[in-house]
Amino acid sequence: MISNDKKEVLEKLELESRSLFQDAKIRFFKNKAAVLSLVIICIIVLFVLFGQNLSQFAYEDTDWDLMQVAPSFLTGHFFGTDDLGRDIFVRTLQGGKISLMVGLMGACVAVVIGVFYGATAGFIGGKIDGLMMRIVDILASFPFMFFIILLVTFFGRNIGFIFVAIGMVSWLDVARIVRGQTLSLKEKEFIEAARVSGTSNFKIVQKHIIPNVIGIVIVYATLLIPNMIIFESFLSFLGLGVQEPDTSWGALVNEGSKVMDIAVWQLAFPGLFLVITLFCFNFIGDGLRDALDPKDR
Amino acid sequence: MSLLEVKNLSVDFDTHDGVVRAVNELNFSVDAGQTLGIVGESGSGKSQSVFSIMGLLAKNGHARGSVKFDGNEILNLPEKELNHIRAEQIAMIFQDPMTSLNPYMKVEKQLMEVLIKHKGSSKEEAYAQSLQMLDAVKIPEAKKRMNMYPHEFSGGMRQRLMIAMSLLCRPKLLIADEPTTALDVTVQAQILQLMHELKNDFNTAIILITHDLGVVAGLCDNVMVMYAGQTMEYGSVENIFYEPAHPYTTSLLKSIPKLTENIEILETIPGNPPNILNLPIGCPFEERCYAAMTECKLSRPDLVNFENSRQRACYFEKVRYE
Amino acid sequence: MLKFIIRRVLIAIPTLLVLISISFVLVHSAPGSPFTDDRDIPPAIMKNIEAKYHLDRPLIVQYCYYLKDVVTWDFGPSFKFKDYSINDLVNKSFPVSIKIGFLAFLFALIVGVAAGVIASLNQNSKIDYSVMTFAMIGAAIPNFVLAPALVLFFAIYMKILPAGGWNGGEWKYLLLPVFAMSFRYIASIARIMRASMIEVLNSNFIRTARAKGMSNSYVIIHHALRPAILPVVSYLGPAFVGIITGSVVIETIFGLPGIGQLFVNGALNRDYNMVLTLTIIIGGLMILFNTIVDILYAVIDPKIKY
Repeated sequence: MISNDKKEVLEKLELESRSLFQDAKIRFFKNKAAVLSLVIICIIVLFVLFGQNLSQFAYEDTDWDLMQVAPSFLTGHFFGTDDLGRDIFVRTLQGGKISLMVGLMGACVAVVIGVFYGATAGFIGGKIDGLMMRIVDILASFPFMFFIILLVTFFGRNIGFIFVAIGMVSWLDVARIVRGQTLSLKEKEFIEAARVSGTSNFKIVQKHIIPNVIGIVIVYATLLIPNMIIFESFLSFLGLGVQEPDTSWGALVNEGSKVMDIAVWQLAFPGLFLVITLFCFNFIGDGLRDALDPKDR
Repeated sequence: MSLLEVKNLSVDFDTHDGVVRAVNELNFSVDAGQTLGIVGESGSGKSQSVFSIMGLLAKNGHARGSVKFDGNEILNLPEKELNHIRAEQIAMIFQDPMTSLNPYMKVEKQLMEVLIKHKGSSKEEAYAQSLQMLDAVKIPEAKKRMNMYPHEFSGGMRQRLMIAMSLLCRPKLLIADEPTTALDVTVQAQILQLMHELKNDFNTAIILITHDLGVVAGLCDNVMVMYAGQTMEYGSVENIFYEPAHPYTTSLLKSIPKLTENIEILETIPGNPPNILNLPIGCPFEERCYAAMTECKLSRPDLVNFENSRQRACYFEKVRYE
Repeated sequence: MLKFIIRRVLIAIPTLLVLISISFVLVHSAPGSPFTDDRDIPPAIMKNIEAKYHLDRPLIVQYCYYLKDVVTWDFGPSFKFKDYSINDLVNKSFPVSIKIGFLAFLFALIVGVAAGVIASLNQNSKIDYSVMTFAMIGAAIPNFVLAPALVLFFAIYMKILPAGGWNGGEWKYLLLPVFAMSFRYIASIARIMRASMIEVLNSNFIRTARAKGMSNSYVIIHHALRPAILPVVSYLGPAFVGIITGSVVIETIFGLPGIGQLFVNGALNRDYNMVLTLTIIIGGLMILFNTIVDILYAVIDPKIKY
């Protein structure tokens, strides 16, 4: 009987949430800036993945004849070359691969940790919740960038390590949001139904809480990606991120900023790609947020 | 001459879905020392009509018509001139005393600033008068409470505070927008009693807005019944209660639970108020009216005078309270 | 109130201890660290280190000595520059960073709040839209892109401001770094201030104040500003962290001799002691600042229970 009730409630809720998502979809696609940004991001991703084929150069190869030359279609160096004769076009693509990957992976790590931590704290509630959130508060006032630089100094520079480090420090806000959502979800009937029918707490969190907070988490993850990209670029800019000959947009901007008085293209192209990408992710995130939560406007 | 004379007052709001008329051609007047009750369901435009008088409409709201106070037109006056009428001549208290007081300002400052601004009082004078007023609204330990923040007061005490604040300048008219709705029933009675006493002590006219006919019965001289932004019926409190002349009033009265009768089922008015975005051509109450006729659908009945000072807007010939 | 302050300070102390402990443990477990057996340091410096850190004693004793050093502001020798102690270097660069950071922070706060208030009072006007556009740009452009762009335009192209350097802190040399540092936070603060001001102006107690016949400017200054600024105050902690973090990049780009640059060079040179020391100092600074912000919040919001 109870399981029947539960099923019914669940189905009803699923229906509601589906129509909510459909509403959100319609609202999102009405937002011109967000849709345009989505298109641009898709183009940049495709470009970064396959643009290599447009050029005859490899990102680590040196063109001994053409060092630090301006962009030109004649030489095949569309974005020019750097002081080592490496093609900026392919390096920008390579840097984009790394930057986007770090952004995506970092956001994933942050989301996974944040969702589990937040859902657990919110679901258990009481003193443990208070303690867990207090820990988050303390961590949030920590100077993480310095801490990561400390770690990088001690344990060497390694891109995998950077993924983890970035994800580790960015889960705090996700945890806060998920906890808030969980607290309000906990009062809903279908959770009650699951509890009465003897489902274990871990199962409830896994099967009912997490699927229901996923919408808001997606929005937040979209807003996290640009932060992750900035974070990685920041480290690379300082020379503490990816290592030569590999590169990222941050590293390229760093190199470019050193020679901007004589070779402005070295700064301009990677900088432009980076800024456009960040803009687009911000617009998409804002669009998603407005679509899912229209009262915000 | 009446203290407040409202003629053809309409309030429109510009919204995304078009212009919404929240208040439609209201006419009423209040004499000095009198109490007028405005009764209606939520969304009937009763609050917006008084907000427009005070110039407190939201930015997308526009008022038209005429509002004369002491013979002077006050509708749509510039902010500067309105500020000399607000609190000095016409004061207002609001529905939710929890949120209507500034939670970040000590009570004494919220009281004193009124006197300092309008009467040019010194701080000492303002303090003394404020304290006096807290005593007048029967707030215990007034001196101690002057130095507190609103969140340290109970709901009833906060509404007393609001009343005290509104009476500081001895206004001629007090507008009370659902003053007891957010309060416990026992506290409601105390606040109404207080308002009754203060009305006599200060000789203040009151416009009392409520959806509770019980509140009207105890305090008001005249009553205006509103529905969908329009006046349905207007008359003295005796008339409204003992000889209602509009089916809507009758229905409202029937839906008050009575202790004297042993009724199993409480009578309700079927249906919902119409969407004010899309009002019918005919009488707005037609859909829910037990006495609806064909002509009610076709055109809107005018508000007509009858029996001296009474008014009603209905085609139905005779309405009796059963 | 005093009790609240004391309690808040008492919370800050264990946080600081955790920071020091974690850093200490990390340094002592890192591969290639002078504190492990696997050393790669000139013998002259090594001798200093051994004496300073009591490397022959058990780890827990070393930790106690280290705590004492931190408390007495004695950070020992640099691992790279044998003529300088960490204290010398830090004491020299600290004022530079504090000056820039403080200016940037103040600038962001004042301009951000003002822009937010003006936008909220002119909601949906041209001013409002330009502030919001600016906020959007500020959120998307990272400081390490903005700073070179500023240098390119003002120093290299227009030639009206120096491209970098400190020059004793002359205002011309401060202008670009301070602006580059605060840009993002001006944008965020303006956005937060606008949203909260709009919310407050639509609240019931503002309607009450207007019904009381208070003038518009009085209502905004005396009734609306205090509640509206609360979200900005709770953002000050993260903003401060961000500005200090940003100083690392800004100091590198503009060649300013502050702790940010000291830190980066320390990291690049694997000067463990320098990095460790600066992490603890900056961490401590941030914990201190967060404590102040919490107390400030409680002063502004009477609903906070002490």
